[in-house]
Amino acid sequence: MSRNQPLLDIHNITKLYSVGGWLSRNKIAAVADVSLSMLAEEPEILTLAGESGSGKTTLARMVLRLVEPTLGRILYKGRDITSIRTRKEQIEFMQDIQPIFQNPFEAFNPLKKLESYLFETAKNYDSRENGSIEDRIESALNLVGLSMREIRGRYPHELSGGQLQRVSVARALIASPSLLVADEPVSMIDASLRMSIVNLFKDLKDRHNVSIIYITHDLATAYYISDRIAIMQRGHIVEIGPVKKVLAEPFHPYTRLLRESILEPNSETAWDEEITLSTIETKEFARQGCKFANRCDSRLPICEETEPPLSFVDGREVKCWLYGVQGKHDTAS
Amino acid sequence: MRGFLRVVADLYRSDPRCRFAFTAISIVIMFALMSFVSPQDPGSSYYAPPNQPPSVAHPFGTNSRGQDMFWFLTFAVRNSLVFGVITAILSRIIAISIGLIAGYKGGIIDRIMMVINDSFVVLPVLPLLILINFIIREQMSILQLAMVIAAFGWAWDARLIRSQVLSLKEREFTYTSVFSGTKTSSILISEHLPFVMPIVLSTTINNLLWAIGMEVTLAVLGLSNIGIPTIGTTIYWANQHQALISGVWWWIAAPVAISVLLFVALYLLVVGLGAYLDPRTRLQRMKGVLSDERA
Amino acid sequence: MSVLRIQNLQAYYQSTLYGVTRNVKAVDGVSLDLRANEIYGIAGESSCGKTSLIKVVFGAIKPPLTIIGGRVLYQINDRDFDITQTNDETLRQMRWKQVSYILQGSMSLLNPVRRVRKTFWDFTKAHEPVIEPEKFEATTREHLNRLGLPAEVLDSYPHQLSGGMKQRVAIALATIFQPKVILADEPTTALDVVVQRGVLQLLRRIQQETKNTLVIVTHDMGIHANIADRVGIMYAGRIVEEGTVKHIFSEPRHPYTKHLIQSLPKIGDKSKRQSIPGAPPNLADPPAGCRFHPRCPYAKPICSVQTPELSPIQDERRVACFLLTKENAHVS
Ligand SMILES: Nc1ncnc2c1ncn2[C@@H]1O[C@H](COP(=O)(O)OP(=O)(O)OP(=O)(O)O)[C@@H](O)[C@H]1O
Ligand SMILES: Nc1ncnc2c1ncn2[C@@H]1O[C@H](COP(=O)(O)OP(=O)(O)OP(=O)(O)O)[C@@H](O)[C@H]1O
Ligand code: SF4
Ligand SMILES: [Mg+2]
Ligand SMILES: [Mg+2]
Repeated sequence: MSRNQPLLDIHNITKLYSVGGWLSRNKIAAVADVSLSMLAEEPEILTLAGESGSGKTTLARMVLRLVEPTLGRILYKGRDITSIRTRKEQIEFMQDIQPIFQNPFEAFNPLKKLESYLFETAKNYDSRENGSIEDRIESALNLVGLSMREIRGRYPHELSGGQLQRVSVARALIASPSLLVADEPVSMIDASLRMSIVNLFKDLKDRHNVSIIYITHDLATAYYISDRIAIMQRGHIVEIGPVKKVLAEPFHPYTRLLRESILEPNSETAWDEEITLSTIETKEFARQGCKFANRCDSRLPICEETEPPLSFVDGREVKCWLYGVQGKHDTAS
Repeated sequence: MRGFLRVVADLYRSDPRCRFAFTAISIVIMFALMSFVSPQDPGSSYYAPPNQPPSVAHPFGTNSRGQDMFWFLTFAVRNSLVFGVITAILSRIIAISIGLIAGYKGGIIDRIMMVINDSFVVLPVLPLLILINFIIREQMSILQLAMVIAAFGWAWDARLIRSQVLSLKEREFTYTSVFSGTKTSSILISEHLPFVMPIVLSTTINNLLWAIGMEVTLAVLGLSNIGIPTIGTTIYWANQHQALISGVWWWIAAPVAISVLLFVALYLLVVGLGAYLDPRTRLQRMKGVLSDERA
Repeated sequence: MSVLRIQNLQAYYQSTLYGVTRNVKAVDGVSLDLRANEIYGIAGESSCGKTSLIKVVFGAIKPPLTIIGGRVLYQINDRDFDITQTNDETLRQMRWKQVSYILQGSMSLLNPVRRVRKTFWDFTKAHEPVIEPEKFEATTREHLNRLGLPAEVLDSYPHQLSGGMKQRVAIALATIFQPKVILADEPTTALDVVVQRGVLQLLRRIQQETKNTLVIVTHDMGIHANIADRVGIMYAGRIVEEGTVKHIFSEPRHPYTKHLIQSLPKIGDKSKRQSIPGAPPNLADPPAGCRFHPRCPYAKPICSVQTPELSPIQDERRVACFLLTKENAHVS
């Protein structure tokens, strides 16, 4: 791998799904023409946030090779991941990219002991450092603040959600991956335990050079740990940039709405103005132009007709005519 | 083995259905095992006075060929049971492999397997079996008959298993195993099989019942190897000798009574075991025992 | 004026499986007093018994859930009744007309193969058998209009609606008879923040229009901060602290509440936050004494032996902790 080759390089990927019955068959683009890259030199935490159904999970699953893109390419360390065929290539790929799932209670078979997953992983992936299988398991568990003593002989239901999620992370770390793909890893975890997982991610990035794609609805934790954030809406990335910039001063109207809708945990910030929500989802998917136009307060005539390009503004990219070539003089500050 | 005995003990203690089933099945099996100490060979005849009603000397009476029904039936029940078990095992092997593989692999493999599967589901089983047995009945041993019947007894169950695996493979723990580098075959066996075990078990017993019933049907029609004593051929011979008309009702009543006992017991066992093996109750049990131990 | 009084309620899940008996003490000594025209938030982590509590309050008590003790008293339209004692007929009359229950998956109230109008019609007809179609149409439209929902949803099938709209239509359905008490259990979990905002606005609007009692149950502290008037914090089957929303967030008193609120991250603040060590107990086998004592940094010897009562310490504030009740006992 050369020095300046990206770790992950997503080129214009699209995933179409057919929805509806036999009579009203429609195609929706769950992910529409998304490009994204993560650099190899410096580990980072990239948050994917946005609407429900905007394609975050679909995007993550394409990166993990669980779903095949309809169009576009995903390069991992320069290699097209759709060209992976043999078990050996598959193992090499999985050694580098590991998933963390949403529901820690679902991530392990309830009828199996937890350690069996740890041994299985250690057995199937070659160690990058030396050491026995036991040592590798123990050091992965230590990284997440657990030890084999607490895990041995235990079944999933004997641990709390937070502990289980840490076991999940430890299992993934045994393969010593360069990238973790975590789809809502804390949404099922109790508030009193949530920060332990979030802090763990931060620690993995800061001290162990693991990059993380962090999918979440919880923008407060996103702000707390991530470097960059990508906001998705109806299959598109509508704004992407450093988290401090995007959340402190959102540009895209959807990001602004999202930012305003976050409920801060103190009783002084209650919002008042009412918002319009989409009524019929498939109609929005089928829209021409900007998919947010019908709900957007600052829409321009062009928004209804032509899809806006992704433009660079103030250290971030925004997919909105207000900041595109045509609307630039209007509102952009 | 200790685990198995504990399960049996658990079930025996807590579930009256299972208690009855275990008792009845043990009686039937003991009865079949007594064939090994039978003073009479099932092939010999006229060693006893014919057409005797049940008495102390001949608890199930004797038939028109001078055979003691008690000892004769020990052989018949043994053969029927062996036949049923072999059929059930053979058809389970097919059903489990096809169900697991088709469900997990999906795509073209699944489609091809399901076309074959569905052909077997819609085939009219009885007429076909009659045809096959009509052609080759003379030479058929119990094993061969079991193979023929097993070939028709797996398709529906394979579909059931497949549909469960279809949902299991989308569960997150399957992905955890995939990303642990686990081979597909071990995922199927160690992750998915325990979840399909309840249907596997209940369909095994159903299949056993079906196979024994099928054997009776074919035998009564005279379409199996009537030289081998089974529950079916016993009834066939009783009919041939017009047992009911001549008042030798025990010739038919004895095999029918034993099969009814066996069928009811196996049915209750399906129900009881199904509840016990259900992963949800299994999990609750695991949790329950735990808090109990700690308390 | 109080509308609903819960007194020392205990409800356990009792089950016997293959000779092993299990008692999950999901609700264990809860006392609450809910007033007319207020939004009461119940906060707590998963499995602490929130849903079980709401189920009992709604009278949906089916085995293995069993009432062990206590009372749930409603005072509606000058009629009093104890839900743990009433018969099915009273329950049937009361549900949806006086008390509504909205849950996370309440979209399932909508019949997937029928247009929304038909579901509304069936629902109305089941409770008001003599309604005329014109009157139904008028009241339904008025109701939707009042809640700010477009009337065109009536002509749609549920699957055509977006997730958030479906949930809001289901809420509109559940509140069509303007009940005096609305119980909402995690009404916005699994929705994104924008849709969540829409749903919460709807609930708040219903409450303001009808001046009724809205009980909102969620683990999301942000929701409580923004919509509740008073908040009760539940931990392992018990209420450990109760107070006005302002007090709970600005000066939490119970050690659990304190830690919980301190651990919440905020946008614009990257400073390090820590979780509370340990994990909530298993309710099949909860610790003796204060159920928080194994995780509590201030635990005293008494905490592991005796159970602290939920006692008033200032106006509108009740706390179940020996640190406060003892000290309070000294003062008075
Ligand atoms: N297998 C599938 N078949 C058809 N449509 C699908 C499938 N999977 C996802 N979709 C659709 O694709 C869109 C994107 O879904 P996705 O799960 O990626 O969203 P998401 O951003 O992860 O949402 P959430 O925040 O709710 O998890 C949704 O409209 C969804 O209904
Ligand atoms: N049907 C049941 N049988 C046995 N135990 C149950 C049952 N339903 C819930 N429980 C147990 O009761 C306890 C309280 O559950 P409950 O659903 O009330 O919690 P909750 O606070 O609503 O949690 P969540 O935030 O996850 O919805 C839990 O320990 C749970 O495991
Ligand atoms: S009662 Fe004791 S253990 Fe419980 S919260 Fe108060 S100080 Fe901590
Ligand atoms: Mg998702
Ligand atoms: Mg709940």
